Amino acid sequence: MKHRELKNTLLRHGIVLMIALTAYAAGLLLAGKNPVAAFVDTVSFTFGTWYGFSEVCMRMIPLLLTALAVALPSTVGLINVGGEGQLYMGAWLATWGVITFPNLPAGVFIPFLILLGFVGGGAWAALAGFFRARGWINETITTLLMNYIAPLIIGFFVYGSWRSREPGASAFPQSIAFPPAARLPRFFNSRIHLGMVIALILLAVFWFIMEKTKWGLKMKAIGGNPEAARRLGFEIGPYIVGVMFIAGGIAGLAGMAEVSALYGRLRAGFSPGYGFMGFLISWMAGGKPATIVSMSFILAFIFSAGSLLQITQGVPFAAINILMAMMLFVVLAKPRLPGVKR
Amino acid sequence: MNWQFFGDLLSGTIMYGVPLLYMTLGAVIEQRAGMVNLGLEGIMLAGASTGFAMSVAAGNPWIGIGMAALAGALLNLIYAYLVVNRKASQLASGMTLMFLGSGISAVIGRPYVGAGIAGLARYQLPGLALVPWVTRTMFSYDLLVYLAVPSALFVWWLLFRTRYGLSLRAVGENPSAAFAAGRRIDLLKYSASIMCGLLGGIAGAHLSIALARTWTEGMTGGRGYIALALVIFSKWHPLKSIFGALLFGGAVTLQLQLQAKGAGISPFLLNMIPYVLTLAVLLIWSGARKYAAPGALGRIYSGED
Amino acid sequence: MRVGQQPVIMKQKGLGTSGSGHVISLRGITKRFAHVVANDGVDLDIRPGEVHALLGENGAGKSTLMKILYGFYHMDSGSILIDGTEVRIASPLDARALGIGMVFQSFTLIPAMTVAENVAMYFKDQPFALNLKSIAGRVRELGATYHLMVDPSASVRSLSVSDQQKVEILKLLVGGARVLIFDEATSVLAQHEISGFFEILQRLKADEYSIIFITHKLAEVMTCADRITVMRKGKVAGTLMRAETTEQNLVKLMFDEGLQPSNTARSDQATTAQHEPLMELQGVSTRPKGIGIQLVDVSLHVNAGEIVGIAGVSGNGQRELVDVVLGIAPPMQGKRLILGEDATAWNAGQIREKGVGFVPDEPVRMALVPWMTLCQNSAIGNLDAYVRAHGFSIDWLAVEKDIAASFEALGFEPLPLHMPVQRFSGGQIQRSVLAREIGRKPRLLVAFYPTRGLDVRSAEAVGSVLTRLRNEGGGVLLVSEDLDELVSLCDRLVVIRQGRIVGSVCHDAIDRHAIGYMMTGSEVSR
Repeated sequence: MKHRELKNTLLRHGIVLMIALTAYAAGLLLAGKNPVAAFVDTVSFTFGTWYGFSEVCMRMIPLLLTALAVALPSTVGLINVGGEGQLYMGAWLATWGVITFPNLPAGVFIPFLILLGFVGGGAWAALAGFFRARGWINETITTLLMNYIAPLIIGFFVYGSWRSREPGASAFPQSIAFPPAARLPRFFNSRIHLGMVIALILLAVFWFIMEKTKWGLKMKAIGGNPEAARRLGFEIGPYIVGVMFIAGGIAGLAGMAEVSALYGRLRAGFSPGYGFMGFLISWMAGGKPATIVSMSFILAFIFSAGSLLQITQGVPFAAINILMAMMLFVVLAKPRLPGVKR
Repeated sequence: MNWQFFGDLLSGTIMYGVPLLYMTLGAVIEQRAGMVNLGLEGIMLAGASTGFAMSVAAGNPWIGIGMAALAGALLNLIYAYLVVNRKASQLASGMTLMFLGSGISAVIGRPYVGAGIAGLARYQLPGLALVPWVTRTMFSYDLLVYLAVPSALFVWWLLFRTRYGLSLRAVGENPSAAFAAGRRIDLLKYSASIMCGLLGGIAGAHLSIALARTWTEGMTGGRGYIALALVIFSKWHPLKSIFGALLFGGAVTLQLQLQAKGAGISPFLLNMIPYVLTLAVLLIWSGARKYAAPGALGRIYSGED
Repeated sequence: MRVGQQPVIMKQKGLGTSGSGHVISLRGITKRFAHVVANDGVDLDIRPGEVHALLGENGAGKSTLMKILYGFYHMDSGSILIDGTEVRIASPLDARALGIGMVFQSFTLIPAMTVAENVAMYFKDQPFALNLKSIAGRVRELGATYHLMVDPSASVRSLSVSDQQKVEILKLLVGGARVLIFDEATSVLAQHEISGFFEILQRLKADEYSIIFITHKLAEVMTCADRITVMRKGKVAGTLMRAETTEQNLVKLMFDEGLQPSNTARSDQATTAQHEPLMELQGVSTRPKGIGIQLVDVSLHVNAGEIVGIAGVSGNGQRELVDVVLGIAPPMQGKRLILGEDATAWNAGQIREKGVGFVPDEPVRMALVPWMTLCQNSAIGNLDAYVRAHGFSIDWLAVEKDIAASFEALGFEPLPLHMPVQRFSGGQIQRSVLAREIGRKPRLLVAFYPTRGLDVRSAEAVGSVLTRLRNEGGGVLLVSEDLDELVSLCDRLVVIRQGRIVGSVCHDAIDRHAIGYMMTGSEVSR
């Protein structure tokens, strides 16, 4: 069983790479460039230079978190597509904290922001969990709709009361800059930040809880057969809301981290779809923490390569959705690949 | 309040409501066959951009509309394939469609962003010549608008007065009973998806060709989700959808009018309306939904897939 | 054929044309499932215009045989002849095309649609544009002729079960069936509806339809059948004319050497009246939920050392009652007491913790996680007993030990512990649930149709487990549709109808007729 699973996982990684590679090669050829040379350059840059590698790692961080934000609810049978909205709300609440308490020392600020990011995203997701627990609406639909509402909330504030009036500010509306104490620390002379540590710790904790603890077993039971779980006395409602809260909180941390570590201020629409990418990663990884790490890396590499190759010039960013659709399609269609038994 | 205001309100209601109605009819057909499609937004986007691009390229808006319908149908075939043949999760398959539609529409529409066209020819209903000036602005619409209500009637007739519609509804109510009666479930589901795709493509095309007369990325702004709400609001009945589409169209138009008059509501808050409205309908009507929904759908809406 | 009548060829409503005069002939039908031979060289002839009963115990092969005839199963060997010509029946569609129709215990109707719409789906040669009026007219016509009156414009979900059954029959009639097969048709009917059902059969027979009537109930066979074929262990034990046989005869044919003595011997120790019952419901009423039954003023108790049975026609509130006892549904009015404590506000987890166990009819749906192993399923059944370090780890060794011990104590053959339970057979699954529940040493076990769908041996195993639990001082609440099972196992029988308790009888005073009357009450048929 394990052997077959490993083969299946490797194959999925391979498929993802193949799809992206083919699309990029096509794009390059159309632009009159040599795909092979371009790929060699990209690979040597990414794996040959520290800067290249660290950039990929940095881009992984939000993906790790949003993927976990999907994997966790999937254990109890929930489909959380609201990572996008949850990360925005985490960023929103964190920004509120910065604006309201601008003069906290770093030692206090960082944990405070972590708390706010978690609560912001968590509360946003818990609402959807509540509706689902009551049997009113499926969480997939709720979180999907709420994904569209969250960025509008951000826009409202960033264009309104939080708008930066600093001289020399860019033409795009954004919030005031975060004070240095509110910026997540970076490591290794790169842009890799504290978020990486948080993400890896959370993934490890997730693995431990699911495999070893009583709560993990209960969650698996609820996900595996909610009717039986109910009759065994498991309280499904609280688990649904609780799990959604934690998942949303994790996605909220991704938003907070992007804003605090990377940009240093809140901008409207800062997420290029991390929430949906996380959804994709989690589904392709089958919800397994270790595979989430490797899949996130591959996807981060693909996006990094995309911008390096300047393929995306002249192509609307939304085109990346096509790639994502193809990858999701492959996962859903579960094709019978040679040598892999279903 | 003058005639102008009401005239604008009426035409806004109709122009906003008609694409909504087409999409909702498509969704009603598909849901009556037991499939919930979260990718309607993607279908509308694909229709809007394909329709606009083809209209410009071919110089004929009706070619654009035809191609848009085709694009919608092809896109929805992917959904149907995943759900029917691969037995994939309906909700996740809808997401695939959403991604695909949004991505493809952005790519196809890129060269045409901001371009303008003349749109569809508008006609007046004969016999409605009241005050000439009033008639010109208030009662002059294109062919697709006039065909909207007849389309709803056709869908009603198809679903409730034909052998095909009976079989389709049976599939959505109780697939095993339909199967026992010898119905080809797969074929029926595919046919429902194709029709939904056609209608959705037309809906999107009307938006870009007749209403906005341009293309902008993501211009459907959540109408695909409003259609989901409308299906529930009209209890999966094509004729009640007319009422729902007009109601929603009117509500949003009213808000836009108020905003244009400087009522001071932030555009961000206004843009939230479709989504909040959809959520509200889903919440409020969850009780009615359990009773009135086609049998095979209930689980998908409130629980497992 | 009636006396004095010439054999008629090609009468419109279904008459065999071959020389032998048989509509259907089955020859040498053999069918195996894994290691079980369900049908072993079965021969059967059906004549036009007769009611032919197919009699036998559970598992004798009657249903399998008819499902082969109806195209649900494919036989391993043998032949089927319709009107003397050999045919291949690959699916129910083929069967219906040949004029064979089957009515099951679970109907394939669409509740949200009307009678006319449901029937329309089976109408031969409909035009694209439906003509519901003519279909409604046909429904009324057939209804009048064959005692199958239903309102064509009524929605199926508003109909009673017996009316729904009529719609099932109408479906087959409009589809051109000449032979109608009924699988345990009376099991879903109330007592007074059964005579109406037999009237339908008689009228159909009078118009040369052939009826095949699968049952295990002797009394009904003696009432309505013309000919009887008894099956036993996959073979035909005999075919007789009803007029020429007796009940005793049939019993002898059904069972090899008469009925086996049941090994659920009642313990002689008198049930010491506890000062408090294990579980008690006092005046409990529930909120109606959708199409479910509302419980009204239900009072019920189970003492230690007794098995209390709930008798009633399926769908009269048994499920709702069990849900209240288990804590899944809250009582809207009244009190719920577990071991003397007021448990009205408790949830399912708290009630289970107090020592209440549950054995359902569909374990894979209601008690187990299908992809989990037996070991994992045992753990979730009693999680708090196995957690260590405040929940951060689970003592899997203890889980394995306990479940293996439970299997042994119950005398069950051990099952693999680390295989997903969905690979087990039905009997193995039920035994796994029993072992897990009994292993917890419950004070009260709620058994909900626990033997449904089980083979004879597994059903007996369930019965002896319940008896042993009772003998060791536990209490059992047994819900069952099998009156024989209830009578043999229970110390006390309670009858439920339309959400109310309508009667309570002690074991010594059990009178089946009285119970049957209580189960169906004094409802007047329309």
